Parts: sequence; structure tokens; C-alpha cells
Amino acid sequence: MHKNPQLNKNGELQHLLTIEGLPAATLRHILDTASSFLNVAEREVKKVPLLQGKAIFNLFFEPSTRTRTTFEIAAKKLSADVINLNVGASSTSKGETLLDTVDNLAAMQADMFIVRHSQSGAPHLIAKHLAPHIHVVNAGDGRHAHPTQGLLDMFTIRHYKKDLTSLRVAIVGDMLHSRVARSQIHALTTLGVPEVRVIAPKTLIPACAERMGVQIYHDMAKGLKDVDVIIMLRLQNERMRGALLPSAQEYFKYYGLTAEKLALARPDAIVMHPGPMNRGVEIESSVADGVQSVILSQVTFGIAVRMAVMSILAGKN
Amino acid sequence: MKIHIKNGRLIDPNNNIDAQQDVFIAAGKMVAIGAMPERFNANRTIDAAGLVVCPGLVDLSARLREPGYEYKATLESEMLAAVAGGVTSLVCPPDTDPPLDEPGLVEMLKHRAKSLNQARVYPLGALTQKLAGERLTEMAELHDAGCIAFSHADVPLTDTNVLLHAMQYAATFGFTVWLRPQDAFLARDGVAHDGEVATRLGLAAIPSCAETIALAGILTLARETGARVHICRLSSREGVALIRAAKAEGLPVTCDVAIHHAHLSEMDIGFFDANCHLIPPLRSQRDRDALRDALADGTVDALCSDHAPVDDDAKLLPFAEAEPGATGLELLLPLTLKWANEMGISLSAAIAKISAEPSRILALNNGHLGAGQSADVCIFDPEKYWKVEPRSLKSQGRNTPFLGMELQGKVRYTLVEGHVVYEALV
Repeated sequence: MHKNPQLNKNGELQHLLTIEGLPAATLRHILDTASSFLNVAEREVKKVPLLQGKAIFNLFFEPSTRTRTTFEIAAKKLSADVINLNVGASSTSKGETLLDTVDNLAAMQADMFIVRHSQSGAPHLIAKHLAPHIHVVNAGDGRHAHPTQGLLDMFTIRHYKKDLTSLRVAIVGDMLHSRVARSQIHALTTLGVPEVRVIAPKTLIPACAERMGVQIYHDMAKGLKDVDVIIMLRLQNERMRGALLPSAQEYFKYYGLTAEKLALARPDAIVMHPGPMNRGVEIESSVADGVQSVILSQVTFGIAVRMAVMSILAGKN
Repeated sequence: MKIHIKNGRLIDPNNNIDAQQDVFIAAGKMVAIGAMPERFNANRTIDAAGLVVCPGLVDLSARLREPGYEYKATLESEMLAAVAGGVTSLVCPPDTDPPLDEPGLVEMLKHRAKSLNQARVYPLGALTQKLAGERLTEMAELHDAGCIAFSHADVPLTDTNVLLHAMQYAATFGFTVWLRPQDAFLARDGVAHDGEVATRLGLAAIPSCAETIALAGILTLARETGARVHICRLSSREGVALIRAAKAEGLPVTCDVAIHHAHLSEMDIGFFDANCHLIPPLRSQRDRDALRDALADGTVDALCSDHAPVDDDAKLLPFAEAEPGATGLELLLPLTLKWANEMGISLSAAIAKISAEPSRILALNNGHLGAGQSADVCIFDPEKYWKVEPRSLKSQGRNTPFLGMELQGKVRYTLVEGHVVYEALV
């Protein structure tokens, strides 16, 4: 058995690299901690001093606005010092290796790295390389994982649905390329959601997907029947170039979420999307902006969840 | 120089010997087995009590990285690794820089290797110029320069018309064509088997059909052209089935499997272990079990080290970007013994997979120890356990998925042409 690289020898969370392999209790602890941060925004002083004096490096090897910003806001609310680095545009283009970049930044007294990288496994490599007092949070690596997104989605579902152990959840779209879907699936199955469905054409479902504990549907009408939660995934334009799909139009017709298809789900079903949305490709505007949509709540909750993750990792040192 | 190897357990699969027999060597050749010939005054006596004496190992794939990749390994380092692993003959693929597509390059490599007085090096010539998959190389000239067969290494040869002609041309001269079956389009960008692990880790995948589609094409062309074909590094259960059928049909086809694929599966990638980034990818446990069975029943003829030393920096990258390959020359023997032990296969049958069988594929007469043979001998301790660590390896490549493992079987002496070219410190 390979040792879980994100737990220290006492079984505590050292890094957050993936949701896979984390105990349900750890996930619940993060979600409960996030709940306690929700009202920080409503206070007169919108900060807590939990990470005062800590240096958090946003190390983004791939462009991102939303995720980077929410991490930055979360870190600032915890009173940490935040340094934003858009590495994609600087050192790697000068030939510096990934680990050289990390070593240089670690030498600047970093306490935590928030890493986004286009290659699956890059945060694991960095975490393995760094001294044990430095923490790594995976902010999205290749197709592999986006654990804080998965957690904020669980937070959202728990907020609206309370009991996760009686839910049917459908994830719709490009699972093959989606780190978000992988993290959601691990989180949902770990937290005891009894039925997780993935709905997509065969070209967007990876091999042995059902081994992750999901049921595969190719027909949206069947897949959405009686579900409590619908999670739409973003469809990248390059899927059409890669001969995986013929056109955005055909995709929308068969796999886009419309009011009509939404009616197949339970009447109180919620609609989620990790953003950024392609209106008219995977989701119809009336649904994205409709009463069942909780898409903007996801963004708000994302800050609390990221505060929880950072404070649990670095707060105790 | 006369050498007497005494008290050892002699295993010579080709001659059906597995018995305590002494071995007598003179002037680089085997002179007698069993009783000492008259007037034999040994210059040196090796006491092989408790050790196995067997033919020097023949490795069907070892990259020496020269010319062109000396920062990864040099002939000096890898030739030492070979004899430290008991390997006395090795085949090197043509994917050097420049590729082995000109007689001068091959002669230079042969000359450099010979001057080291260690293992015998048998280069594979490039099947096409610059391995670009367009124009044929001067195969006959390359053969005269020392190429034992022709190959495209791991470089895609997508134009099937070129492949057809290359096989026809090779068949004209009776040369064997060595091919690793992989459809370039299905394998594009892929780094791991299209299964559970690649799905969980989000790694771009190479399906088994990338192997079988290419393999079916190669076998069809073999049927068409009459070319002798050696299939390199089989990786899938379905591929095994195709080889089995081709052999049953009587096609002149042989094949090998790498030591990694006989022991490991996609599961060993764990959390992105770049040492498990190999070509072809490690597949499922069912595939691995099929390969192990096929080795036992003879569908797969030989095991090879698929030695590919990689410098440390090239492995300290995210899995997909890390350079594929692992060091293997020094692990060939212990991992073959491990396979045989786990499968309940005799020591003699195991040794055949890395001596007599590869020698037969190469149409060399060097995988056995009959009288008059060149004295290429491996003497090893079958009981000795040792730990695979960077410092326990002679190869410049220190990366292997087996790092940290305890393996059984350690080479004590290696002889090439009657000279002790390696002797372990005990």
C-alpha cells in the first residue's frame, strides 16, 4: 500500500492534494469549520487573526482568475500575507524547473503554497519535495483533482439539502477531462451519498469510470430522473477539435440543461456549476439564473471553505 | 588463461544440464564439463560452492545512451552495469542521437564497446533513415557493419506502406524486423494504461487496442512479406492472444516482455510514481497475469531488462512530463528468478528465458555452455538477498520502480570469452 501523502504521521492533514483517501470525518471537520467562517464576512472587522504572520504563495502555473481570487480573499480574511505569482508567464518560460521555482519561493519563508498546474500530480510532486512545515493546497492539477472545489460543492449541497445520505446526485458533462468531477465524486461517495450518476456521451467518460462508485448514463432524460442535485460541468471548446464531439449545438441539444430537462428532476432539485459557465452550451440562461440555481452561493461558500482548509493546515503551527 | 570453476551447480538449459559439475575453460572457450581434462593446469580456480553456474545472460533490450545521450549514461557505466548483472550479450536499440542509421555509427559503437572488453554489444539498425519513417536505411550495409536486426525502437512508424516495404526489403536478405506494436494515434499524448488508475489520477491514457491494432497490422504484413518478426515489449492480455494465434498458424514470430511488465501493474503508479512511467504503460493486473502465464507456456519467448537509464532531473517532474524508462540490467536476473519462484518454474527454465531463448531469437550460438563454445558465463548466488538502492547499482540510471525492494539472486562472477570481467566484492 502506498502511504497517503497528504496525512502526517499522526494522521492529521498536512496537505490538501486530493479528496481521494481522506476519511469522512476529515471532510466533515473542514465543512464544519467552514460553517463557523460564514459569518466572518458579516462582522464589522471582516478578519480573523488565525494566520497572522503566515506567508501564503498563490503559485499558479495555469491561468485562473476566480479560484486565485477566492484563495486570496480567504487568506486575507485569515490575516495571512498573500503573494500572487503567475508562474506560467515567468520562470518556466526561462527554463527553470518546477522544483527549482518552488525551492526559490520556499527560501522566501513560505508557509503554504496554493498550486495550480496543468499536469496531473504536480502538487504531489511539490508536496513530496518540500520541508514538512510547508503546506500545499492543490488548486487544480490537470485532470486529476480540485479538492477545494469538491469541498465547496459538498458545503453547498449540505447547506441546501442537510442530509447527504438520502440523495441522488447527477454530474453532467465532460468527466474525462474534469478534475472537478473527480473531486466531487470522491467527496460524494466518501460522505455517503448513495447514488451518484454521471451523464455524458461515451467519448467524455474515462475507462472504468464506474469503479469510482458512479452509475453512468448516456441519456439525459433517464439520468436526471428524480435527482436532488444536478451538477453541470464546463465544456471546453477544444473537445470539438479533438474529435470527441461534433459541435456545441449538438451537445447542448442532448446534454445541455434546459428548463424542460430540469423538470425531470425532483421539484426541489438544486442546480450547480463550478464555473465559468458557457451559457447555451452546457446550460440554458433561464436555468442558470433560475430559482433552483445555487451557482452564486457556491462562489460565496468557496471562500469559507478555503478559509477552513488553510486554517486547518497552517493554523496549528 | 585456464579457469577451473569447481563445486558449482551447473545449469545449461540448452543442453539439459542441471547438476553439480565442474567447468573447464581455456583460451576463451569451454573445454570440458565434469571431469578435468588431462594436463589441465588451471591459472585460476573459482570455488562456486553454493552458486549457480549458467550461460552468460542475453538481454534483448539495453539502451547504452551512446551516441548522443551521454548525460544520461555512458558506455563505460552501462557496460559495467551489464556484467554486474551477469549480462554477457546485449542488444541496443537504434534510438540514439543520431539514430543508428549509418554503418559508420554502428562501427564506432561496436568499436567503443569492444575496447571495453566487457559484454558483447549487438546493435539494432534503424529501419528507416533518422527513424523518420519515410526512407529505408541501407540494411545490408548496416548488417555488414554489425547490426543484428532492424527496428524502429519506440518511434512511431505511421506509414504502413513504408512498413510493408521495410519488411519486404528486410525479408529479401533474411533480416529480422523488431517492432514494438503501438498505434501512434491511439497512443497520442498517453502516459498510462486506459484503466482504473489513469481514470482516478487524471492521466491521459493509452488503451490496449493501441497495441493490438498495431500488432494485428504487423502480423498481417509478416504474413504478406514472409519477414521474420520479433515483437518487443508486449504489454496486454489481448496482445498475448494475437501472438499465440500467430504462432499456432506458424508465422515466424517471436516476442519478449520487459521485467517490469512481468511484475508490476498500473496499481504500482500509486500517487504518481514517475519511476512507473514506462513504455509501454504498465497495464492491469489481468494483463500482467496473462504476460506471466505466456512467459511460462512459451507464447512469450524471452524476458528482457528494457534497460533505459534516465537522469534524476528527468524524473523529478509531474508524471506525464517525466521521462519514461528505468534502469534494468542489474535487475534482469533477480526479477527473472522472482517470476520463476512465484510461478513454480524451475531455475533452468527461468535461466532459459534470459539466455538460451534470447540467443535463439538472435540466431546466435551463445546462450549455452557446450564444449567449444565461447566461455560466456554467469555465476550467481541464488539465495543472496540484496536491496535495490541507488548506491547498490552500477548503472548511471538510478531510477527503477523496484527501488527499496529486497530481491533474491546476486551475480558473483561474470566471464566473457573466458575472462573474468566482473567479480563481486563479498
